[in-house]
Amino acid sequence: MTALTARPAATSAQPTQRSGAVKARTRWVPTALLLLGAFYCLAPVIWVAIAATKGPSELFSTFSFWPSFRGGFQYNVTHLLDFRDGVFLKWALNSLLYAGVGAVLSVAVSTLAGYALAKYDFVGRELIFMTILAGVLVPQITLAVPQYLLMSEFDLVNSYWSVLLPSIISPYGIYLSRIYAASVVSDDMLEAGRIDGAGEYRLAWKVGLPPMVPGMVTLLLLQFVAIWNNFLLPYIMISDDGRFPMTVGLFTMLNQGASQPALYSLVVMGVFLSVLPLVALFLFLQRYWRLDLVSGGVKG
Amino acid sequence: MPVAAPVRRRPRRRGGPTPYVLMAPAVVLLVLFLLVPIGYTVWLSLRANRVSGGGLGIRTERFVGLENYTSVLTDSAYVDGLLRMLLYGLIVVPSMLGLALLFALLLDTPRVRFGAFSRIGIFLPYAVPGVIASLLWGFLYLPDVSPIRDVFEGLGLPAPDFLAPGGVLFSVANIGVWGGVGFNMIVLFTALRGVPREMYDAARVDGAGEVQIALRVKVPLIMPAIIMTAIFSMIATLQVFNEPATLQPLTDTVSQTWVPLMTIYRDAFVNADIHSAAAASVVLALGTLAVSVAVLTLLQRRAFGRDR
Repeated sequence: MTALTARPAATSAQPTQRSGAVKARTRWVPTALLLLGAFYCLAPVIWVAIAATKGPSELFSTFSFWPSFRGGFQYNVTHLLDFRDGVFLKWALNSLLYAGVGAVLSVAVSTLAGYALAKYDFVGRELIFMTILAGVLVPQITLAVPQYLLMSEFDLVNSYWSVLLPSIISPYGIYLSRIYAASVVSDDMLEAGRIDGAGEYRLAWKVGLPPMVPGMVTLLLLQFVAIWNNFLLPYIMISDDGRFPMTVGLFTMLNQGASQPALYSLVVMGVFLSVLPLVALFLFLQRYWRLDLVSGGVKG
Repeated sequence: MPVAAPVRRRPRRRGGPTPYVLMAPAVVLLVLFLLVPIGYTVWLSLRANRVSGGGLGIRTERFVGLENYTSVLTDSAYVDGLLRMLLYGLIVVPSMLGLALLFALLLDTPRVRFGAFSRIGIFLPYAVPGVIASLLWGFLYLPDVSPIRDVFEGLGLPAPDFLAPGGVLFSVANIGVWGGVGFNMIVLFTALRGVPREMYDAARVDGAGEVQIALRVKVPLIMPAIIMTAIFSMIATLQVFNEPATLQPLTDTVSQTWVPLMTIYRDAFVNADIHSAAAASVVLALGTLAVSVAVLTLLQRRAFGRDR
């Protein structure tokens, strides 16, 4: 089922321990190993939160794992927000636009296609599906160069479309939607609807869509993260820094930092601020995750 | 469009033009952003700019056959990049999946404490974009800022140089592992959760310990999920670009051709030699396809197309 939500009942409250002799003692070795893993994963994020409190002069001179309270945090925030007339906020909004709009459209396209592939026999179905599987295996990034050339043919380079359009098509999303539709949409209900004389589109809307919603939410999150994290596509397509997403923006800032070290503390703050929204998104939305979709755990 | 489909076992699924209408947006986008770019790349890879005529001839684009491919495959920088990428994959995929499997199994062990905290903590890096993760680790590696070096110095030990020529591959690999371990852990943990608990009871009655149950019962049961994660991790590895490209401004040890995609990027956008870039892209894509298909056939056919 959902993986991120805690399910303590499944492990600790299981009453089937063989006898009273088995003590419900904590297993410290696995616990310690897991905490070690959590430390490895969290430490860099904690470090960046601490480093964000340090002004440019302190970043390179004070002890790393101790925050500074001498106004470095405010300095970094205000200077980052003032940086080139507030371009950082623009980057954040752009990331939100690319990832939000892209993910919604991508899920819509994938769901329609996945439903059709799972529930209809039609000429060309296997051909389309094989193409999609090949698409899963071809590195999306190797397509970025020809996509750039095509976009420039249509004068779309450096526009929002140049990043949005290629982000919409997700062979992996279609593949997952097909599996999901095959397992959750009932053939019997579709058949019953047909006997009652319901049209195909009405059936898709009334019978097909509702059970697919949990899978669509998972796919939405996966796509949102994938587009939010994408770097090469916007890096190639966009040259106007007002249309950069956060990833490209901070990267260019770091490149400048090589010659202006004072920028480093602003980049650190930018990294910190850019991590926050996704972390928040995950903590709020964890119960909507249905990753059995990804692990192949959905039974057909 | 609605061609009468040949009679199948399940004729009820036909539905006239409906499937084509539902497929239309996906097919249009697939053609535009997958098939046409692939075709265009192949076409470009077979052509090149050549100077015709004497010394001051005109540059014209023309068909050159496989010349670009031979020059790509004999370009030592590109081949070095390919080998480095393979080495990177050999480090990242086993260590990332090994850790992910270990953590998933540990989480699934009875009577483990702080499970929810560890699970979310280990998963957190998934929320951090690769470029941002590289910036983050870049600062942790950078000699002037590195807290890890502070710790070593505090203990009176020689501080490691993470960006030195010998270690930089491992430093980049570490970023990949850090970013990927949580997501794979969750996928494997989800698969473990899908296994009915009764499956383990028999083993427990026979007196098997948790370690034995994990290795002998749990791992075989979630093998399909392990294979899925392995394949997708490999594909991701073959596309490695963000991490080294981000570290490049911080150190001289990451060259412009450190991995194939960096070479492709340089050829296409710095050197304006799209024909070489196209040939290098085709080589990389074919390589990925070959590796994926080989692994799929070798391991199992179950991972894909198991929906019917």
